[in-house]
Amino acid sequence: MIRNYLLVAVKVLWRRKFFTFISLFGISFTLLVLTVATSFLDHTFGPHAPELKQDRMLGVYTVRLTSDDGSFQMTDKPGYKFLNEYVRTIPSAEKVSIFSDFTSTATYRKGEEVKLYIRRTDGEYWEILDFEFLEGRPITREDEQKANFVAVINEATREKLFNGESAMGKSITMEGQNFNIIGVVKNAPIIRMTPFSDVWVPLSTFKTSGYKETFTGGFMAAILAKSEQDLDLIRSDFKANLTKVQLPDPKKFPRILTGADTYFESFARNLEGGADDPRTGTLISILVLLAVMFIILPTINLVNINISRIMERASEIGVRKAFGASSLTLVGQFIVENILLTIIGGLLGFILSSLVLSYINNTGWIPYAQFGLNYRIFIYAFLMMIIFGIISGVYPAWRMSRLHPVEALKGGMK
Amino acid sequence: MIQLENIEKVYRTDTLETVALSGINLSIRKGEFVSIMGPSGSGKSTLLNIIGLLDVATGGKVSLNEKVVSSHKDRDLANLRNRELGFIFQKFHLINDLRAIDNVEIPLLYRNMSYKERRKMAEEALEKVGLISRTSHFPSQLSGGQQQRVAIARAIVGKPKILLADEPTGNLDSQMSDEIMNILKELNQQEQTTVIMVTHDKRMADMTDRIIRIFDGRQVA
Repeated sequence: MIRNYLLVAVKVLWRRKFFTFISLFGISFTLLVLTVATSFLDHTFGPHAPELKQDRMLGVYTVRLTSDDGSFQMTDKPGYKFLNEYVRTIPSAEKVSIFSDFTSTATYRKGEEVKLYIRRTDGEYWEILDFEFLEGRPITREDEQKANFVAVINEATREKLFNGESAMGKSITMEGQNFNIIGVVKNAPIIRMTPFSDVWVPLSTFKTSGYKETFTGGFMAAILAKSEQDLDLIRSDFKANLTKVQLPDPKKFPRILTGADTYFESFARNLEGGADDPRTGTLISILVLLAVMFIILPTINLVNINISRIMERASEIGVRKAFGASSLTLVGQFIVENILLTIIGGLLGFILSSLVLSYINNTGWIPYAQFGLNYRIFIYAFLMMIIFGIISGVYPAWRMSRLHPVEALKGGMK
Repeated sequence: MIQLENIEKVYRTDTLETVALSGINLSIRKGEFVSIMGPSGSGKSTLLNIIGLLDVATGGKVSLNEKVVSSHKDRDLANLRNRELGFIFQKFHLINDLRAIDNVEIPLLYRNMSYKERRKMAEEALEKVGLISRTSHFPSQLSGGQQQRVAIARAIVGKPKILLADEPTGNLDSQMSDEIMNILKELNQQEQTTVIMVTHDKRMADMTDRIIRIFDGRQVA
């Protein structure tokens, strides 16, 4: 049965090459965009090195100070002082790391400027994240306490500064400070807020200790829980700490809105009304809606093509009905055909996606991005294709199956 | 075997009512070879389609094997067409994308049968119509007479008790028409298949056991 369907399907697809091309183009292009978007999301939110413990990691990425009625607001990265007093002290956390946001700086190599991003961290940062070391060691708590002028650089920086040769024992000068290079790690892409940088040095190497007094600006915290179950406990501990916060300007900004978030939640927190409570559901809905909107246009297009395709086969429908096919059986046949078409289009789209992704990786639009296709993306994309195939096949098949056998045999449309 | 009681078929549009058939009473016994004759537009094809459950009468009752079938649901009608009936059309209605043998096996697709069984029965049917050497040909590679023989093979492959033929020789020359008539006669005589044939060709009608004449939607003899 399936064999007979597929024989006809292949013949029909082949006979109407132009329709087939349009359909395949629509399907594979849709899948291309969806796959690239999924890959982007996966790359941003999925568990990739060095954030392998993501399932038990939270972060404090932003604080928002507001007036009572919310008419005055200030949103910024947290400051060191705030994080040190109210995040470092969360009792249920296994480890807390405070580190600066990455900032751009430069070093000189043979008189030429090399632009770099620098981030200052504590020792815990390297314990929470699982950086892969190509050589050397991470910055330790001791380095931070003693304000050792040591630096970890990434692979790309080693390439730029030392032509990829070992950087151990060499040094790097930035903003008049000289650091001994103690380690080299693999690149982390810029879209990963916590691990990304080119150079990492201890917090205590700041030129002044003024950073220790800042309430807002320039820092972030990562919190590691003992287990996934502890995440909620950490959230409520942090909330409790927030009630004790001494605000820098309680007259102007009597309220503080922040929270311990997963990376995904931190995006949701930035949505309208999300400051108090991250609107994760809203963010997911927006993403799903975007995907649906993107799928719906090519679906309508495919539905149209399918209708004309099926209607020109009225005689076949009539014959099959005359010889005992029920409407339901015919709907099944046309859905099988459509799924075949979408699977071919899907595979094409997948090949296209991998080409486009490797092109994006190579151009360096997004520093150190290594977009790839993994089984997660493949499964999502494949499911989307099957749904796409069924949706775009059902309506035309249903219209067709209502065709009366006599009219169908006359080749008539009604 | 087939019983029609007071069959009426009216096509209605907003402004117009066209009576295609009215007051048809008919009884066809098992093993009969019946022809339906009449000028074009007289309603003879409509009548055949109603007998063949391809069309629904607007009034009256159709019974098959003593069971009223005019009120059956889609799935039951499909099953009856599949098991009891075989159709032959004037325009052959072969699926051009399929080889002869794949065309012939179509009715068997809607039964629970293995690929092997289907192939075997399809080959037997093609053998009966003398086309065993053409199993892998596509309809476009066959002459009109051969195409109609493939269509007959498709109609008889499921061993239906009733064959319905709508001007089966209408698109063929007289020599080929005779060949087709001989096949139908043989099926009727050797397998006791009931054959109902629509024709406007007196010569063909004369070769059948009984002639039903339709004029202006009414039975005249």
